[in-house]
Amino acid sequence: MTVGLYGAYGGRYVPETLVPALDELAEAWAEAQLDQAFLAELDELLRSYAGRPTPLTPAERFAPGKRLYLKREDLLHTGAHKLNNALGQALLAIRLGKQRIVAETGAGQHGVAVATVCARFGLECVVHMGAEDMRRQRSNVERMRLLGAELRPVDFGTRTLKEATSEAVRDWLSTVESSYYLIGSCVGPHPYPEIVRELQAVIGTEARAQFIEAEGRLPEVAIACVGGGSNAIGLFAAFVDDDVRLVGVEAEGAASLVRGRPGVLHGARSSLLADDDGQVLDAHSSAPGLDYPGVGPEHAFLRDTGRAEYVCVDDAEALKAFRRLARTEGIIPALEPAHALAYLPKLDAELVVLCLSGRGDKDLEAL
Amino acid sequence: MKALAVYLMCGLETPELAAAAVDGGADLVELGFPFSDPLADGPVIRRAAERALAEGMRTEACLECLGAVRKRVEVPLVPMTYASLLEAYGYERFADDAVAAGATSLIVADLPAGERPELRRIQLVAPTSTDERLHLAADQTDGWLYLVTLTGTTGARDRLSPAFAGLVARARAVTDLPLYAGFGIANPEQAASAAKLADGVVVGSRAVEVAEAGPEALREYVRLLRAAIDAAVPAIID
Repeated sequence: MTVGLYGAYGGRYVPETLVPALDELAEAWAEAQLDQAFLAELDELLRSYAGRPTPLTPAERFAPGKRLYLKREDLLHTGAHKLNNALGQALLAIRLGKQRIVAETGAGQHGVAVATVCARFGLECVVHMGAEDMRRQRSNVERMRLLGAELRPVDFGTRTLKEATSEAVRDWLSTVESSYYLIGSCVGPHPYPEIVRELQAVIGTEARAQFIEAEGRLPEVAIACVGGGSNAIGLFAAFVDDDVRLVGVEAEGAASLVRGRPGVLHGARSSLLADDDGQVLDAHSSAPGLDYPGVGPEHAFLRDTGRAEYVCVDDAEALKAFRRLARTEGIIPALEPAHALAYLPKLDAELVVLCLSGRGDKDLEAL
Repeated sequence: MKALAVYLMCGLETPELAAAAVDGGADLVELGFPFSDPLADGPVIRRAAERALAEGMRTEACLECLGAVRKRVEVPLVPMTYASLLEAYGYERFADDAVAAGATSLIVADLPAGERPELRRIQLVAPTSTDERLHLAADQTDGWLYLVTLTGTTGARDRLSPAFAGLVARARAVTDLPLYAGFGIANPEQAASAAKLADGVVVGSRAVEVAEAGPEALREYVRLLRAAIDAAVPAIID
């Protein structure tokens, strides 16, 4: 009966109320993937609305001595990779006949992406966001409001992504017959980790072809930052069967893969920051998108099997890389992918593709 | 006679409170083992969990609390918690130690029927459950079936959910096991209405709120619930 497993991770650890909706979602997702009209509509939206394909930019001044290429998800509409997922799931929601979309957001990038697709398709949009994140990502709060989303501040617990996610799930639990939960990362109960991975796989698919075109061969390393892990899993998806090292970079204070333990949070078994009793610990990162004590179950599986490696860098290292990319390449990255950038000097490889998952405008106020 | 179950969060005063609830007419006590991220719970139980954790009510302390309650009362005791605690403690070990401390069974709010079937526990069903899932839950449940009356989290509501009667009818069609109704039942009128359809009634959030005023207040609250249930559904004397 247990569904959606990645080795010992994943599954469906949710109240019974949600199980039938998850079954319905899994069925709709399976049908949609075989429906040429659905796939064509998504492709067209990704092209003409989101701006795909995004470029692959060599970054020679940032990483002298390496052949580093940045997959420019920062150039996607709304400024981050989150839109790939939001567009696909919005089409699923419409397919399921749901008019109200509920979502959580940390950095606000997913919230902006969801507010954007809701505006585009005329759907009602409710975004739960930690009060602390609303304070440090004010520009994204303004963007969501401008796009017509209703923001619900979460003013208890950590006041960040963990509590925002819990409140979004509680909202969905209470409105499941009329609402679609548009989760922002490859976390949550089955089939969400799979849906998000597949919708973000476009990052890796494009990057792989672009890298081969530029260099005539595959990279040695594909690297990305990992909070919940959606941009990383999207990049890794295209390289997982290749002889390419996969490296995920976590924030020092939110290293659920480097320092976590098996646990259950937000509907899935994965690697978590938790204490001996299974109580979930607070994460701490200057990058709100990484400030989450859990991670997608597939990453925990890739770690255990040794297929991917996970490392972490601290706030100061990330900030240094953030400034360096701005000065050397004229690209202001988000603080989240700045973590992946910060790990590059420690990476023993020449040919590297890095997912620049978002742009840094949102972080300027918090610097 | 219809059963009345009262939920209390584990804490230092819980043995005293449980004794008061049983004295007031509770037939079963659910003991909340607090979790940091309780997805199924509304604000009252979430806050009670935060307070309990701040007071150090971790798994070991909760098991001790369960043992202390067992010494005070003879009614069935059922820990109610979340999978993360069992994940850390060990699923089988948790079940074994809970029984050793006096538990009758176990409820895991985020472990739906089908997940970890080897762990014997009371299963929950909801208005959204399909008939197929009602069957599965009834097959796997331990003694009775917990009917979640509404689509949502724990917590008081203005009125009994209109979806509840249909759920009872569908559950009766698949099982002869006792059906206990919980979530959203707070006052004597709601308890009486639910008891007319189900075999038992669970009160949670309101009980936790009342318990904050101490054992006397809780005893009186439970007594009112008991009286309302018994008046609505007179015991059959044979």
